[in-house]
Amino acid sequence: MIVVERLSKSFGAHRVLDDVSLRVDKGEVVCIIGASGSGKSTLLRCMNGLESYDEGTLAIDGRAIRRDDPRIHELRTEVGMVFQRFNLFPHRTALQNVIEGPVYVKRVPIAQARAEGLALLAKVGLADKVDSYPAQLSGGQQQRVAIARSLAMKPKVILFDEPTSALDPELVGDVLQVMKQLAHEGMTMVVVTHEMGFAREVAHRVLFLDQGRILEEGTPAEVLRNPKNERTRDFLRRVIHEG
Amino acid sequence: MESFLGDAREFLPILAQGAVVTIQITILSLALSTLIGFVIALARLSPYALLSYPATGFITVIRGIPIIVQLFYIYFVFPDIGINLTAFQAGVLGLGIAYSAYQAENIRAGIEAIDHGQIEAAQSIGMRYWLTLRRVILPQAVRIVLPPYGNTMIMMLKDSSLASTITVAELTRQGQLISSSTFKNMTVFTLVALLYLTMSLPLTYLAHRLEKKFGRR
Repeated sequence: MIVVERLSKSFGAHRVLDDVSLRVDKGEVVCIIGASGSGKSTLLRCMNGLESYDEGTLAIDGRAIRRDDPRIHELRTEVGMVFQRFNLFPHRTALQNVIEGPVYVKRVPIAQARAEGLALLAKVGLADKVDSYPAQLSGGQQQRVAIARSLAMKPKVILFDEPTSALDPELVGDVLQVMKQLAHEGMTMVVVTHEMGFAREVAHRVLFLDQGRILEEGTPAEVLRNPKNERTRDFLRRVIHEG
Repeated sequence: MESFLGDAREFLPILAQGAVVTIQITILSLALSTLIGFVIALARLSPYALLSYPATGFITVIRGIPIIVQLFYIYFVFPDIGINLTAFQAGVLGLGIAYSAYQAENIRAGIEAIDHGQIEAAQSIGMRYWLTLRRVILPQAVRIVLPPYGNTMIMMLKDSSLASTITVAELTRQGQLISSSTFKNMTVFTLVALLYLTMSLPLTYLAHRLEKKFGRR
């Protein structure tokens, strides 16, 4: 579904992405791990046109994704994104956040959008918070609303940019639970994360990114338990230490 | 004191008429400057140099020329190029344009204060520029812009007195006319000052309320 070929991006002399190629098939859950500054968020953000790239190609279901494409807005309705800082609309309630896309972008009738929105919020365990404002919700709850907001657009794939990194540890589990459920239901997901446990349990494939290049790629067992590359081992050792 | 009250009774009706004009100018100029300021702010924020450069130029020029001079220009110079406005119209236009530069900067600051993540979230669900502006950015920016706006309103009330220099029959000018014919300067200008103060009180209260409700938490 997602085909990335020889993607490169530079900021001046600094090569953020260096000849990156990968494929994500429908229904796959791919986790991207790596140190800060390794380019993993940039790679993710290229997939919905939030970042531009200098060389290479990136396509979802055959349609090229480029930030400067005049039709990028249309393409973005099919690619969901969940941000590290949630980015909920603070002046709207949980339900209003969820129906914003369907009603104002897809022109779905409000009644239908509300019904679907309520179902989604119930699905992520927030049926009793539909009329709450983000300020009244915990970080974990806000992130689950954010996931519901993405799901409301019925995307082909959802991109997760370190979805639990900004959460207090005790709130992380609820969000991961929702993500696991999505994975089991067959959603195609690309997840940039530090949560190795999640990667091990749910991912079909794990990619290790270092200084803009994919240094290692394989099943969670391969990459996380038996990494071939020295740097992968270094990274994992450090992450486990801090965890 | 006796004569003060006596004079006050005599002068107040005329001064009140002036005060009505003051209020009219204030309201119209505020409306005009907000509208123009909004457009200029959006132009200033535009990625197109064709829009942002002129907008920046406009702000620089307008902020660099005294309001009185701008009023003179519109009332005394414009007729030479065929634009004839009444004093009142010139007053509103002049104050509207003069204040629009400051409004534009306040509005721009409000919009820029919105976290960039909000824009990315809107983009991620497929929203285009105008929709994002309308549904996500502006509702949040309004809360930031309102407290400075309260101050702008009070300032406009006072700067409406500048229209007196181009013969608009607002409060200050009425005061000048009475005092120049009666020479009762103390009485007249005390009354004028009190009337401005009275008119400013509701605005000061409103500004205070806005600051409390929307001020930085």
